[in-house]
Amino acid sequence: MPVIRDELMQVRASDDIVRVRQMVRALAVELGFGLVDQTKIVTAASELARNTLDYGLGGTTLMEVLEENSRIGLRITFEDNGPGIADIDLAMTDGYTSGRGLGLGLSGAKRLSNEFTIESRVGEGTRIAITRWKGR
Amino acid sequence: MTPTGTSKIPDILTKYRADILTDWTRQQLENTAMRRGVLRESDVTEQSGEFLNAFAEAVGAGNLTDLRGEKWDAVREVLAAVSRSRAKKGFTPSETAMFVFSLKQSLLTRLRAEIGDDTDAVASEGWTVNTILDRLGLFTTEIYQKGREEVILRQQQELMELSTPVVSLWENVLALPLIGTLDSARTQVVMESLLQAIVKSGAAIAIIDITGVPTVDTLVAQHLLKTVAAARLMGADCIISGIRPQIAQTIVHLGVDLGDVITKATLADAFALALQRSGMMVASVKGRS
Ligand SMILES: Nc1ncnc2c1ncn2[C@@H]1O[C@H](COP(=O)(O)OP(=O)(O)O)[C@@H](O)[C@H]1O
Ligand SMILES: [Mg+2]
Repeated sequence: MPVIRDELMQVRASDDIVRVRQMVRALAVELGFGLVDQTKIVTAASELARNTLDYGLGGTTLMEVLEENSRIGLRITFEDNGPGIADIDLAMTDGYTSGRGLGLGLSGAKRLSNEFTIESRVGEGTRIAITRWKGR
Repeated sequence: MTPTGTSKIPDILTKYRADILTDWTRQQLENTAMRRGVLRESDVTEQSGEFLNAFAEAVGAGNLTDLRGEKWDAVREVLAAVSRSRAKKGFTPSETAMFVFSLKQSLLTRLRAEIGDDTDAVASEGWTVNTILDRLGLFTTEIYQKGREEVILRQQQELMELSTPVVSLWENVLALPLIGTLDSARTQVVMESLLQAIVKSGAAIAIIDITGVPTVDTLVAQHLLKTVAAARLMGADCIISGIRPQIAQTIVHLGVDLGDVITKATLADAFALALQRSGMMVASVKGRS
């Protein structure tokens, strides 16, 4: 899938989450996403960036603008070298949290995106990618 | 680098202390001519004197490489104080670093005068002086940077408090218009100031307006729910207003259950409801429209 532009950001402190949100919003606006789509992708990114920081002990966020069959998409990949997730199904369950959250970040981010992939290995880290296509 | 024991630098620093101090101070005042009035000559002399004392002692103690070590504690302390005070006065990082760099000339001049016939020694001792002072100069910019960060942090905190005003809309009705991101530290402040205001005023209804909050994710939702629950314990019901359609949709997709929290699209809607609940109504006065 052709990537026509990308931006890589570090996620090391809670300020970085704010910056990720701002960057995602700016890209979504630039690509002409509607208000609802913008809000969805920004919110999903906020959830995953916070998990990267809180559970993955910091990592990176890669934002990519995709162009496929003349449709435009925004893919965001969150990567960390943290402890990984032992039971992905459990982590994806609504309401499950190993911390003190609402346990709705992973499952919510999936519902807010058109595409969602998650890979994780215990002791190695986690990579989660979400894509939102314009006007779908 | 010159073997410690044979370095002439400690001797020179002791022997020519007064001369070096005079030269160095004069040079600093010339360099910072534009800052006159900000930098007092007596302060410069005092700071430079303190630095020379600490510097001579550290060099005398023999360790010319480990500038982060204990022997150099006093030197770093003096430099940190100088950097901080200059950062506060609005000096740039390079102007701040000049404090140390400007010592080079007078120190190297004395060095040449003292051992000028031995060119090898001049070269190696000169190199030592340059290396040490370069590193100490960089250290001042590091401290300067930290000082700036502290200033920014303080301003952020001030802003944080400024941006969470609790206003009384009517007898018994409070409003908390939130603006900006609602992350950790700030939410705590917000929550506390609202609860305090409820206790103080005995308000029965509190409107939390999130029109100015760009993103409502699960963390923000959780903070809002906690605030509502705490307010309830203090005897006040909360209305959350400013939930735009796109935010409402997103909250639903996230799966957040706002329970029995009353939500309204606008602050005006929330206010109308609050008045109604308090047994008031807004009516137009006939013949006056
Ligand atoms: N990047 C990650 N690395 C390790 N564990 C994670 C990561 N992201 C999520 N998890 C696990 O998945 C759980 C559910 O995440 P989430 O749905 O966002 O809920 P919450 O953040 O409220 O705990 C977390 O509590 C954590 O145990
Ligand atoms: Mg989460």
